[in-house]
Amino acid sequence: MNQDYNPTELLACVAAGLLADGKSVFVGTGLPMIAAMLAQRTHAPNLLIIFEAGGIGPQVPVLPISVGDSRTFYRAVDASSMHEVMSAGQAGYVDYGFLGAAQIDSYGNLNTTVIGDWDRPQVRLPGSGGANDIGSFCWRTIIVMRQDERRFVEQLDFLTTPGYLDGPGARERAGLPANSGPYRIITQLGVYGFDEQSRRMTLLATHPGVTADEAQANTGFDLIIPDEVGTTEPPSPQMRRIMREIDPTGMVIGK
Amino acid sequence: MDVLQIGQGELIGWHDPDEQRAWIAAHKSRALQDKRTTVREAVARYVTDGALIACGGFGHIRVSMAAIYEIVRQRKRNLTFCGKTAVHDSDILIAAGCVNRIEVAYAFGHELRGLSPASRRAVEGGRCRVVAEISNAGYQWRFLAAAMGLPFIPTRVMLGTDTLAHSSARVVEDPFSGKPVALLPACYPDVVLMHVHRADRYGNCQIDGIAIEDFELARAARRLIVTTEEIVDEDVIREHPQRTVIPYYLVDAVIEVPHGAHPTLMPDLYYFDETHIGEWLRLSKTEEGVIEYLDRYVYPIKSFAEYLKLIGGREQLEYLRQVEHLEAPLRAPWLEEKR
Repeated sequence: MNQDYNPTELLACVAAGLLADGKSVFVGTGLPMIAAMLAQRTHAPNLLIIFEAGGIGPQVPVLPISVGDSRTFYRAVDASSMHEVMSAGQAGYVDYGFLGAAQIDSYGNLNTTVIGDWDRPQVRLPGSGGANDIGSFCWRTIIVMRQDERRFVEQLDFLTTPGYLDGPGARERAGLPANSGPYRIITQLGVYGFDEQSRRMTLLATHPGVTADEAQANTGFDLIIPDEVGTTEPPSPQMRRIMREIDPTGMVIGK
Repeated sequence: MDVLQIGQGELIGWHDPDEQRAWIAAHKSRALQDKRTTVREAVARYVTDGALIACGGFGHIRVSMAAIYEIVRQRKRNLTFCGKTAVHDSDILIAAGCVNRIEVAYAFGHELRGLSPASRRAVEGGRCRVVAEISNAGYQWRFLAAAMGLPFIPTRVMLGTDTLAHSSARVVEDPFSGKPVALLPACYPDVVLMHVHRADRYGNCQIDGIAIEDFELARAARRLIVTTEEIVDEDVIREHPQRTVIPYYLVDAVIEVPHGAHPTLMPDLYYFDETHIGEWLRLSKTEEGVIEYLDRYVYPIKSFAEYLKLIGGREQLEYLRQVEHLEAPLRAPWLEEKR
C-alpha cells in the first residue's frame, strides 16, 4: 500500500467530514480539535465550536492544550461558563460531541472510569469529566478511539457514558434526551454506525487496505457487517496542508 | 414523587437548606470588612483536618497553587477533595498525603500530558479512596443547587449509567413530564480556594476570561479563601460593578499573590509552565521523587516570591507571559517526547 499520509491525518479528515456546516460541536483537545478546525477551513466555515469550560465560537490561533486554555476563548463570541455551555447542551443547542474512551461496547456505551473492579481498580482512569454530559446531551456523539479486542468489548468494566444502553428506546426510558446518542465511531481500522433496529454497532467503511475481517478480528463482539462496506477517502494534499497549518509542531498529528 | 433509583456513592458536602441558612446567618458577615491576611493564616484558620475542599478554576487553569502549597506545608490531613476536573491541585495534595478521599468527575490525569503517576498510585494502592463518581456538569450543578439554597437540582445527566449508580444522585419521576430525571444533591464544600485576577480588600472579585464554575462554587462555599494577582482600590470595583463575579460577603480571606496560580494558566497573564508541570510528572513517578519535589518547592519555602525564584524567576515568568500572548513558542517536555 502506497501511503503518504499518517493514520492520525486520516482519522482527523474522516472526523471533519462528519461535521456539517451551520451546526455546533463540543470539542475536546487533541484530534477532535484538529477535526473541527479542519472542517471550518474546508466545507463548514460556519461550524460553531464550543468548549465545556465556557469558550464559545473562538477563532483558535494555535492548538489549545486544555479545554479551559485561553486559546479556547481567543476572539470568541463568548467567554462564558460551564453552566452556560452545559445548559446549552441540555437544552438542545449542541449538535455534535466528540468523545474518546478506554472501552466501548456494541451499543456505543463508553468506559473512562476504571479497568477492573470499581472498589479495587486495576487501573484507575480519570472518570467521566464532561464525557457523560456530552454523551447525554449532544444530538450526535462521535467517538474516536483505538480499536482492538481489549477496547471493543462485550461487557464494559464500568459504564461511564451512555450510548444506546441496552438497545432501542433505552436512552428515552432512562430519561435521557430523546433522539440523541452515538452516531459514528472512528478507529484506525474504519468507521462504524449503529443499526436502526437493534442499535448495535455496524461497520460502515474500512480505511484503505483494511478488510472487514480485520475489523471483526479486532472486536470482542459480533459486528453487523452489511453486504456493502465502503472505503474511506484518504486525505487530499490540500487537507494535509491545512492540518499542518493547524498543528505545525505535530502536537496531535505527529510527524 | 416516586424514587426510581438511589445512587450508592457517598453523599458529601450536603446540608439541610435550613441548617445551611442558619450556618450562614451565624458565620458569614455582611459587613464591609478588610479581609486581607496571609495565605498561612487563612489556611491555618479555615482548612481543618478532615474538611471537604474544592478549588476554583479547571484542570490546570487559574488554580490557587499558593493555597495548595500552603496546605501541603501545614501538613493538613484526611481532607476530602471535590474532583471537579481536578488535575494538578489534587495530584499534589494526594501525593503529599493531605487528601485521602475524593469525589471524582475528572481526576488522576493531566489531559493531553497523560495520567498522574502519583495519585494513580495512591488510588490503586488504596491510600486514597474514591467516595463517589459524578460528571463535570453534574458537579457544577451540585454547586448551583447549593448557591441557590436548594436541597437538590433536577438534571438530565448520568441517567442509565454506572456513573449515576456510583454517585450520590437519585432518580425520580418528573411530576410534569412523567420522565425520569436525576436529582443532584447540593454540595457545600467546607473550604474553597480560588485565584482571581483582581479583588479589593473586602473580597469583591473580578475574573477575566471564562468563569468556568467559579460563580457557582464561590456561592456554595462555606469558607472562601481568595488569592488574587492584585488587590485593587475599592473604586476599581465600583467603576465597573458588572465585572464583579464574587461579591465580598461570600469571601472570608483575601491575599495578594502575584503569579499565585503558577504553574497553572492565568488567562491573559501567563500560560501553563509546561517545564515545571513536566518536572512534577517526571519526579512523581516514584515516592522518592515526590519527596524530592516537595522538599525543593514546597516544605522549606517561606514565601511565594521565593518559590517563583526557584522556578526560574523573572526570566521564566516573562517567557510564560509571552507564550500566553502568542509571542513565544511553547516549550513542553511531553511535547518533545511526542515528536
